[in-house]
Amino acid sequence: MRPTIKLVSVSVAAAVLMMGCGKEEPPPAPVVQAPPPPPQPMIVKIGHVAPLTGGIAHLGKDNENGARLAIDEANAAGIQIGGKPVTFEIVAEDDQSDPKVGNTVAQKLVDAKVVGIVGHLNSGTTIPASAIYNQAGLPMISGSATNPALTEQGFAGVFRVVGRDDQQGPAVANYLVATAKPKTVAIIDDATAYGEGLANEVEKTLKAAGVKVLPREKGTDKTADWKAVLTKIKGKKPDAVFYGGMDATGGPLLKQARELKIGAVFSFGDGACTDKMAELAGEAAEGLVCSQAGIPVQAAGAKFVEGYKAKYNIDPILYAPFTYDSVKLLIAAMQKADSIDPAAYLPALKAIDYTGASGNIQFDEKGDRKDAEMTIFTLTAGKITPLAIIKGGKSLTLDEYAALSAPAAPEAATAAEPAKPAEAPAKQ
Amino acid sequence: MDIFLQQIINGLTTGSVYAIVALGYTMVYGVIQLINFAHGEVVMIGAMTAFTVIMAVVGLGLPLPPALIVLLGVLAAIPVCMAIGYTLERVAYRPLRHAPRLAPLITAIGMSIILQHVALLIWGRDPRAFPQIMENTSFAIGGAAISSVQIAIISMSVILMAALTWFVYRTRFGIAMRATAENVHVAGLMGIDANRVIAGTFIIAAGLGAVAGVMVGTYYGIAHYTMGFILGLKAFSAAVLGGIGNLAGAMLGGLLLGLVEALGAGYIGDFTDLCRWPVVSGMLSERCADGGHVVLFGSNYQDVFAFAVLILVLVFRPSGLLGERVSERA
Repeated sequence: MRPTIKLVSVSVAAAVLMMGCGKEEPPPAPVVQAPPPPPQPMIVKIGHVAPLTGGIAHLGKDNENGARLAIDEANAAGIQIGGKPVTFEIVAEDDQSDPKVGNTVAQKLVDAKVVGIVGHLNSGTTIPASAIYNQAGLPMISGSATNPALTEQGFAGVFRVVGRDDQQGPAVANYLVATAKPKTVAIIDDATAYGEGLANEVEKTLKAAGVKVLPREKGTDKTADWKAVLTKIKGKKPDAVFYGGMDATGGPLLKQARELKIGAVFSFGDGACTDKMAELAGEAAEGLVCSQAGIPVQAAGAKFVEGYKAKYNIDPILYAPFTYDSVKLLIAAMQKADSIDPAAYLPALKAIDYTGASGNIQFDEKGDRKDAEMTIFTLTAGKITPLAIIKGGKSLTLDEYAALSAPAAPEAATAAEPAKPAEAPAKQ
Repeated sequence: MDIFLQQIINGLTTGSVYAIVALGYTMVYGVIQLINFAHGEVVMIGAMTAFTVIMAVVGLGLPLPPALIVLLGVLAAIPVCMAIGYTLERVAYRPLRHAPRLAPLITAIGMSIILQHVALLIWGRDPRAFPQIMENTSFAIGGAAISSVQIAIISMSVILMAALTWFVYRTRFGIAMRATAENVHVAGLMGIDANRVIAGTFIIAAGLGAVAGVMVGTYYGIAHYTMGFILGLKAFSAAVLGGIGNLAGAMLGGLLLGLVEALGAGYIGDFTDLCRWPVVSGMLSERCADGGHVVLFGSNYQDVFAFAVLILVLVFRPSGLLGERVSERA
């Protein structure tokens, strides 16, 4: 009994003491509360992954530039989430276009507690990494991975803002059939998830159109010597050649083909649809046909293009408008959900209806972009020039596409993006 | 047939580049039994230096003939690479001359990584496109095309190989080199300055590497800071194929390897197309019907040939095709 009494008395004494303290506190209390009104901004980290070393480091840097521009603009806008001002931070990683490295840096981003990811560039690195992000419950948006398998895995938080190769392949193949009217086509790929996947889609469409397709030839994503493959192809005299791969390998391929006097029409997918082709292949690049899984950079929002040039003093190359939009989408979804918790803003991201530099973006149930455009280019005078924009199965020239956007333009005068109005007529 | 001839021409071109690079490996090995794994990087720096000089000269806009501009690039690349070769020997290998064999080998790999990253810092990570200044006219021989660049590469390497052979067998320095290769100590007793000979060997090897770098750069039209690694490994395989330490062996090995690669990449797809095999194609009739193909190995296995050859040589003829001296040393 006695210990209990002692305990009680001690606790009573303590309580009295504390009350005493409590009574003395009120005066300093307002002083303590005064600082919170300018609270520290909450830091929100967004991950970005692309190859920054290796053969296609220039494309990776372009992706990162687009994402950084979006982060800078968001910070300048002074966004508040959950009543607190936030500062966005980019955590940029290099996956070297290598799936093994891609998984390592994906885990690194998860450990760094990013709230969302923009990337990766290559389908071959994006698909394995998406499983890691999915397990960590982090939403990811790729601005360039076109292999259909990415969004067929059933992961809730996986999105892309470019088209799929089962849209791009048929688009470029049909264009080739309609214009070059080839009887025999040779197909080469670089044995990556992207190159092989796209080449398969092109082959399917060509075969369906009754074109004879030669047995597939393969290189790697580092091949510089294509002579042996091309010589073999030359002997079979194809009317057209399609290559599924990136510009760093596609440039030498095209150059060596012309040296071997192969006169066929050359056609490439989005990875090799850059101005760099003219530099790598020289005059041999003239007249190549290639496709991009989105609208051309030229048609991207003027505000974006100007902002990009002002910040980096160079032109955007390929996917920068898409990574730019991807960052903006993540931030818009966080604002809508008023939370940076991935689980809380994911539903808002799924349901988003946002107009960015690459036009209006909505996702379907798989996470693919609804009504994605495809653009066919040709290379003339050292620059890739858009020939046709394919939207909803219809082929439009750039002028028609611009004309579609023109009538609606006055209504949306405040919107800086000319691409947005184009959506409206297309839907009606 | 014209396709076969074309593959032979392609193979001879890459083969002569491999031969020139392989000579660099084999000369150094012959003298100090070191495999200089940094040699591939010396080749890369040769290509990059030539690229910079050619771009600068083209930028000046002088009305020089294209061949002269490329020659200026070569003439700039040779001293740069020679300086690197000498520095490598002086700084990295000479202090380890009497160390266990593994130490200089690891140092060589380290040097290769350092050179690669120095090049990354200087020339950046973009693939560098060589300007198209050489008019690339192609000539027809029996249905195959041979370009002026290919002719230049093959004849240049023949000249270099002949000059090197003359140098090694007909000059005082060449005799000193062979004596040092035979036995460093005895050569020293005969009044040969081994340090001078070894440094000289590195310098000559690096000079050859510089020329090879420019050849690769102009042939593929592209230079990149990682290009030396795989090229170096292939040339090393060529040197082993011919018998490392043997000059004629390196030349033969290089040419053979180039041919094996070109013909392999050109024909493996046809040979491993299961639809062409009588028994198997019956079992795969569904996929083979209507001109279908089931190809086991495609031309993407091109790079594998060099190393498959290396393994086969090491298993069946460890001393290489022409190597005899090595077998008694190994």
